Formats: sequence, structure tokens, C-alpha cells
Amino acid sequence: MTTQEHDASVYEQVQGSSEFQDLKRRFRRWTFPMTVAFLAWYLLYVVLSGWARDFMGIKVWGDINVGLILGLLQFVSTFLIAWAYSRHAEKALDPIADKLRHEVEEKTK
Amino acid sequence: MSSTTLGMILFLAFVAATLGITVWASRQTKTAADYYAGGRSFSGAQNGLAIGGDYMSAASFLGIAGIIALSGYDGFLYSIGFLVAWLVALLLVAELMRNSGKFTMADVLAFRMSPRPVRTAAGASTIVVSIFYLLAQMVGAGALVGLLLGIESEAGKLWTIVGVGALMIVYVVFGGMKGTTWVQIVKAVLLMTGAALVTVLVLGKFGFNLSALLSQAAATSGPSGNTGSFLVPGLKYGTEAQGVAGKIDLISLGLALVLGTAGLPHILIRFYTVPTAKDARKSVLWGIGIIGVFYLLTLVLGFGAAALVGREEIVAGDPGGNTAAPLLALRIGEEIFGPVGGTILLAFIGAVAFATILAVVAGLTLASSSSFAHDLYAHVFRRGQASERQEVVVARISALVIGAIAIGLSILAQSQNVAFLVALAFAVAASGNLPAILYSLFWKRFNTSGAVSAIYGGLLSALLLVIFSPVVSGSEAALFRDADFAWFPLSNPGILSIPIGFLCGWIGTIMSKEYNAAKYAEIEVRSLTGVGSEKAVKH
Repeated sequence: MTTQEHDASVYEQVQGSSEFQDLKRRFRRWTFPMTVAFLAWYLLYVVLSGWARDFMGIKVWGDINVGLILGLLQFVSTFLIAWAYSRHAEKALDPIADKLRHEVEEKTK
Repeated sequence: MSSTTLGMILFLAFVAATLGITVWASRQTKTAADYYAGGRSFSGAQNGLAIGGDYMSAASFLGIAGIIALSGYDGFLYSIGFLVAWLVALLLVAELMRNSGKFTMADVLAFRMSPRPVRTAAGASTIVVSIFYLLAQMVGAGALVGLLLGIESEAGKLWTIVGVGALMIVYVVFGGMKGTTWVQIVKAVLLMTGAALVTVLVLGKFGFNLSALLSQAAATSGPSGNTGSFLVPGLKYGTEAQGVAGKIDLISLGLALVLGTAGLPHILIRFYTVPTAKDARKSVLWGIGIIGVFYLLTLVLGFGAAALVGREEIVAGDPGGNTAAPLLALRIGEEIFGPVGGTILLAFIGAVAFATILAVVAGLTLASSSSFAHDLYAHVFRRGQASERQEVVVARISALVIGAIAIGLSILAQSQNVAFLVALAFAVAASGNLPAILYSLFWKRFNTSGAVSAIYGGLLSALLLVIFSPVVSGSEAALFRDADFAWFPLSNPGILSIPIGFLCGWIGTIMSKEYNAAKYAEIEVRSLTGVGSEKAVKH
């Protein structure tokens, strides 16, 4: 934080680099649509809970109904999205981020 | 030995163990990074457990089990919002915050803005959110002790609040983040063990057949004449009697739950306790696993209480259903291990409930005192001139003062129905804090005026809408039953206040010409790559 003038120019260089733009694109292209998707899926579930109670009450197996299954699917989708994100981050984001970090730390030494 | 005596002994053992941890942690706490962030040396798994310990409040343990026991499906619906919310934290907030911040939520906002106005706003919002949440927990603790220990007297409740408050102050003042984190880890392990144990016993009784459990729950505790409605949404939230407003209220609640978590200051500061952004990611993954499994357990606990204890007995214990889980522990323990088994299981669950409250209130006190010392004292009053040592001394004093204020307010509010404060805290976090955080991480043009507008706009709109809602006046369950100045029909402000927060942030931004390209480059590069992020403390 003490060498702000100098650092800022390095940061702007990195920000302009194609590698960083690639990292940013890979991050946003995965997380932004996924956020929209899980929020929409959650809201759909809440809306169905409010307005489609007969549908939620359809029994599928014994006393287990559509509502319970949809609720449990929210758990499943949350676990799956969390797992998929960690895989995406490890494969597509971490290597570039690590490389850029080392480069900047070299430059700002 | 009665279960209350045994429960007391187990609880005192927990207190003794956590005080031991606090003494140890206080010796390890030397620098500001130690005090505020536990030296950033916790592993992802440890911090994941602590996230669970910080998040799974008594409201979610006893409260959700109770709602399921009394209103069936709707309690389950409530818990889903609490879980899905963690994806917002995982995908958009945790790692980027770890990379660009230092000790508090405001660090991220102040990074490229004018620090004083932004820290003032973020500090105010942090303290308001944390104190609301704290009040709800402490008042709940007073009532809970009454139920679990059979203390009926007002003096007993009062001393419980004072005792819980005093312990929480000790944890935070002496143990700092390191002590508080370990208290939360111990509590998370105890809570998961207790909930899993009762769950397995309940499922075992029904031959591990969930459908059979649900059938008996609906038959025993469902509304007479329409027991099937126990297993579908609509008995508590957005009931048919409340009409369209009730259903919109349900959506409003859902939005606040799902967007509030990633704006809760006591959750956000947990991301600073690990060495790197990758560990922050790992800790949220652990947190999601633990919290998800926990809510699945509460599903069985709630329906188990409905099936085995029954509605009448649960309501007799507490009209809100908060004793459903302890009563279930007693019943299933008696059935399987005899009277002694029931006593032991009840005592264990009671002690776990206390541990739960203590860990959560400690986390809240730490978040608000850290923000007071780091944001308001060090950067606003002293304009960044305070030494690290002075800052930590102020943080400890403010933990004491905030704790004392919380005790005082809780005593004043102890006979009030303040459960709505939890939903309000989530609404304020979602309406003020989250827009400011997301804009500052992702929107190039965002500036000081935008950050200040988003926080105050979201905070004030959520507060005002609640003040003029049926939870404060004009209804049977309201804070002021005799007055009626409610014109806003929903008890949850989120559906309106969250868009207002985002809108205020946008308008505030475009109204001001301030824009610093160099600083945006710095936060963008830092947040995504981890360049220049705060390192772990080496002792």
C-alpha cells in the first residue's frame, strides 16, 4: 500500500493483459450465469410453494410428495453446484491466477 | 439425577473447556491480524466447521425443528433458503473478499473509495445488523433456559441473559478471533453429533423409512380433518387465509434469506481467518456440506417430534415450538434406552443448545466490535493514524461495551417477541451490504457516492418498511399490539428493500463523477489473482 503510484501502473498493465482478461472471462462466464440459474431455480421452488400447492402435494412414493422431492433437489443442486465450481476453479482459474500472481510479485519486488 | 442437573453439568463442562481455549488463544493473540482474523492460520476444514458454528444458530436448530414439528413442510422451506444462500457466498464473494480485504467488510468497499464516508456507512450497517441478530439470540437464550431448566421466574431469565452475555464478552475480549473460532468449531461438532444421534434413533424407529415417518407425523400433528396439508407448503408462510399478500411475503422472505447470508458481517469476516483465497473456497465448501447435512437432520428432527411427541405436548412446552427438539430427544431416549437414557439425551441436547447460542453471540460481538475499532475508530476518528496496538485495545474495549449494551437491550426486550429481528438482519444485509459488496467487486464505475447510497438506502428502506409492517404494530403478534401504524402489508421487506438498495447504489454512482481507473485495476487484479493479499501470521 506504500508504493501506490508504482503498483497501480503494474496493476493496470496486468489488467490490460490478454491472460488476465482470459481469467476474468473464465471466472465471470461460469459464475454469473450459474448464479442466475440457481437463483431462478430457487425462486421457482418458492413460487411453486406459494401458488402450486396441489402440484407440490402429488404423492410420488408413499407419503413422499413432489414438494419434498423438489426441496431435496434444492439440496442436491446446491451440493452439485458447489462441487462443480470447485472443479472449475481448480482447473480453469487457479493455474492462471497463480501464474499472474507470481509475475506481479516478481515485478513489484 | 434430573436432566436439568445433568444438562447443567454438561453445559458447565462446555464452558470450562471453552474458557480453557480462550486462555490459550489469548496467549497466542499478539498482533491485530491475530485478534481480528485469528492470524489467518486456520485450515479450510477448520474454518468450514467454524462457519457452520457461526451460522447454525439456536433459531435454526430449535427454531426450524420447531416450525417443522408444528407447521410441517414450511419449516423445511425456510431452511432451504439458508442453504442455497451459501452459493452466492461461494461463487461471488468469499475468495474475492479474502483477496482484497483485511479485517472487516468495509475494507473491500474502502479499497477504491473515499475511506471515511464508506467506512462510516459500512460500520454503521455492520453494527446495526449484528446488534439486531444479537438481541434476537440473547432474548431467545433467556426464554430457552426457562424452558430447558424449568426456570419460570423472570429473575432466572434475567440472570441467564447476563450470564450468556458475560461469557460471550470473555470469549471475544480475551480470545479474539482465534478463541471465538475454536468455540465455534467445538460447538459445530457437538451440534452435529447431537442432531445426528437423535436423527439416527428416530429413523431407526421407523425402519429408515422416511415415508412412514412422514405419515405418522401428519397423522399425529397435522391439522384435524386435513392431515395431508402437513406435508405441503402453506401452513405457516403464505397461508391461504392471508391471500396474495401472504404469498408475496413468502417470496420476500425467501429473497432476504438467499441474498442476506453473503452480506452478514459476522459471516464475511470468517473468510479472513484462512491463509489464502483457495482456503476460503475450501472453507465455504466444508460449510455448505456441514450446513446442508444439518438442515437435512433438522427435517427428521422436526417430523420426528411431530410424529413421536405430538402437537399438543410441543405447544404445551412452548407455543413457538422451540422445545420440539429437546422433547424429541427425551422421548426417543426413553423409548430406546429407558428413563435414564431419555434424561441423558435431553441433557445433552439442552447443553448443545446453550453452546449454540454462546458461539453465535460471540461471533456477532466480534464482528461488531472489530468494525467499530477498525472502521470507525482507526479510520474515521483517527484517520488511519492509530497504531495496531491502540486499535486492538479499542477493539477489546468495544467488545465489552457492545456486549454490555446487548445485555441491557436484551433485558429490556426480554418479554417482547423479537424473533423478527433475525429476518430483519438478513433483510438489511441483503439490501444494503450485498449491493455495495457486489458493485465494488464487479462494477468498474462504482464510487463513493454509490457505496454510501447503497448502504444507507438499503439499511433505511429495510428498517422503515419493517417499522410500518404488521410485525411492529397492528397485529396480534406485533411488538406494539395496541397501536396500529402499519401500512406496509408484508412482514419481510426484502422484495422491495433489496431492489431499492441496488437502485440507490446505481443512482448514487451515476450522480457522481468520481472514478478511479487505477484503483479499479488494482482491486480487480488483486481480487482475482490474490496479488498483495494479506498473509498468514507466523508465530
